[in-house]
Amino acid sequence: MTSECTCSCDSNKKNFNPASAMDYLPSEELRELQLRRLMATVSLAYEKQALFRSRMEERGLTPASIRSLDDIALLPFTIKADLRDTYPFGLFAKPMSEIVRLHASSGTTGKPIVVAYTKKDIEVWADAIRRAFICAGLGEHDIIQNSYGYGLFTGGLGAHYGGEKLGATVIPTSGGNTDRQIMVMKDFGVTAICCTPSYLAYLLERAEELGINVQELPLKAAILGAEPWAWETGRRLEKMGGLRVFDIYGLSEIVGPGVGMMCGEQDGLHIFEDYFYPEIINPDTCEVLPDGQEGELVLTTLAKEAMPMIRYRTRDITSIITQPCPCGRTCRRINRISRRSDDMMILRGVNVFPSQIETALMAVEGTLPHYQIVLTTRHGLDQMEVQVEVTAEHFGDRIRELEDLKVKLAKSIERTVGIRIDVTLVKPQTIERSQGKAKRIVDLRKK
Amino acid sequence: MKIKQLSVFLENKPGQLNIPCKALASAGLNILTLSLADTHQFGILRLILEEPDKGKEALEAAGCVVNVTEVVAVTVPDRPGGLAEILDLIEKAGINLEYMYAFTARKKDQAILVFRFEDPETAIEVLQKNGISVINRVELFDLAK
Repeated sequence: MTSECTCSCDSNKKNFNPASAMDYLPSEELRELQLRRLMATVSLAYEKQALFRSRMEERGLTPASIRSLDDIALLPFTIKADLRDTYPFGLFAKPMSEIVRLHASSGTTGKPIVVAYTKKDIEVWADAIRRAFICAGLGEHDIIQNSYGYGLFTGGLGAHYGGEKLGATVIPTSGGNTDRQIMVMKDFGVTAICCTPSYLAYLLERAEELGINVQELPLKAAILGAEPWAWETGRRLEKMGGLRVFDIYGLSEIVGPGVGMMCGEQDGLHIFEDYFYPEIINPDTCEVLPDGQEGELVLTTLAKEAMPMIRYRTRDITSIITQPCPCGRTCRRINRISRRSDDMMILRGVNVFPSQIETALMAVEGTLPHYQIVLTTRHGLDQMEVQVEVTAEHFGDRIRELEDLKVKLAKSIERTVGIRIDVTLVKPQTIERSQGKAKRIVDLRKK
Repeated sequence: MKIKQLSVFLENKPGQLNIPCKALASAGLNILTLSLADTHQFGILRLILEEPDKGKEALEAAGCVVNVTEVVAVTVPDRPGGLAEILDLIEKAGINLEYMYAFTARKKDQAILVFRFEDPETAIEVLQKNGISVINRVELFDLAK
C-alpha cells in the first residue's frame, strides 16, 4: 500500500499513499487550483444550464465576474427543488452521448432527483472515494465488503469504483441476506465494510446470534454513512465489532458519498477540496460565515462536468474546523453533521420528508387522517413511527378491517418513501393539537 | 330479531378498557355482556347494552370511536353439545360466521350465544327453520337481567 515518501513532508505523513497527494497540497496552491476550477465550472454552468444562466443574468453577472474565491459569494444558490423542477434533463450540462451513468434519490414528491455523470465524473468520484478509503487506512491488500445497496442509490456503485481504484478487493454484497454477508465476511477475511450504521448494528447482532465473534475476524474498519448517527453509536459498534468506524459524507446532488471523510484522528471529516468547495452560511440570512462558525453547509463542485452544481444548499448543519488536522492533510475538515435546517429525515439511508408521509396516507382513503410522525432513537439510530388516528368511517367491529387498514397505510407509505415504516393505529384525539393544527412531528430523539 | 352491538376501538395499553366502562357507568348504563378481541397493538371491545343509542352517545362524548353492528342472539340449553349443534347447522348451511361469544342467562338453565354473521338475515332463517330459538332484544334483556 505505502511507498516511500520522497518529498519534504513531515513525519505525520507516515503510511503516505501518493494517491492522496491532493489532500496534502499547500493551502495557497489548493486555493489557486480551486479558483481555476471554480471559474471553469461557472463558465460551463453558464453556458449549459439555462436555470443558472438566467439567475446570473438577473444579478447582472457573467462568468467573468468571478475573479477570486471570495467572489463565490456573488453566485446564486442551487436548492433541491431545482433538481426536481428541471427533471429530467434540465441541469445536464453535457449531451447524453457523453453521459455514462445516472443515479437517483427520492425527492419530496413523485419525481426522483436524478443526477448524471460523464466518464470523467466517474473518475473524479472514484478518486474521491479512493482517498476516503486511504483516510480509513485502507490499501490494495484490503478486502472491502460493500454492503451499500447497488442500484439507483449512489452508495453501492460509488464505493465499488472507489475500492477498485484503490486496488483493494471489492465484494459487492449489496444490502440484505445478512447470514450470507456474515459468511462471506468470515470466509474471505474481509478487512473493511461499507454500510449504513444501522446495518452494521444489525449485522453484528446477527453474527452474535450465529455464534460468530466478529472481534476475532480480520475486520478492522467500517466506513459508515448515508444516515445520521450519534458518535456514541459508533463507539459502541467499535467495541462490539473490534474495529474502527469512519464517517463518510456525501450526497447525490454533489456526487454521492466521498465528498468528505473522517481520517484516523476520528475528529471531523476532511472535504476533498480540490473537487468540492465548502462554505458555511447562515441558513436564514444566507450570509457566508467564517470558518469555525456553525451554519448550513453549501457545496460547489469544482470538477464535475455532467451536472456542475454551484452553491448547493445541503441543509446540513455543521462548521468548518479551523485547526489543522494532526494527520497532516491540508484539506479542511467539517464537524460531523449535527442536524438539518429543513424537515428532511434520513432513515436507513433513505431521504424521507413528512410531506411524503402525508401524500401516502392521503392516497389510501382519499382524505387525510389525523396522523403524527414520532421520531425516536434506538441504539443511537433514528427510528420513525407513523401514528394514525382511527375514525368512525374506518372502524368496524372486526379485527380484520383494522388490520387491513394498517396494511394499506403501511404499503402506501412504502410505495411512496421506498422503505417500510411502522404504522400504529391510535384512538382519536391521541394526537396533540395546537391552535387547531395538529403537531405532525414529535421528535423524541436524543440530541 | 337482530340486536344492536356497540364496538369500541381500544389501544392495547394499560387503562384503555377503563375509559369506555367509566363513560357508561357515569351515564348510568348497564352492560349486559361484552367481549374483547385484541391484537398486540389494538383491541375491539364489543358491548351489548339495553340502550345502545344512549350508550353510543355517552361513549362518543368520552372520545371513543364507536361502531354499531347487528348481531344475532340465540338461546341453547346450558349443557354439553349445545353450541356444537348450532355450529354444525351453520357450517352445513355454508353461512359465514365472523365471530361469536356466549354467556349464561341468570333466570333459566340456558346459555345465550351472540353471533356476528356476514349475512344475518339468511342465518336467522336457517336457525329458525331448524328449531333454534332466535331471540329479540326484549327477550334477551328478560333472560339476562
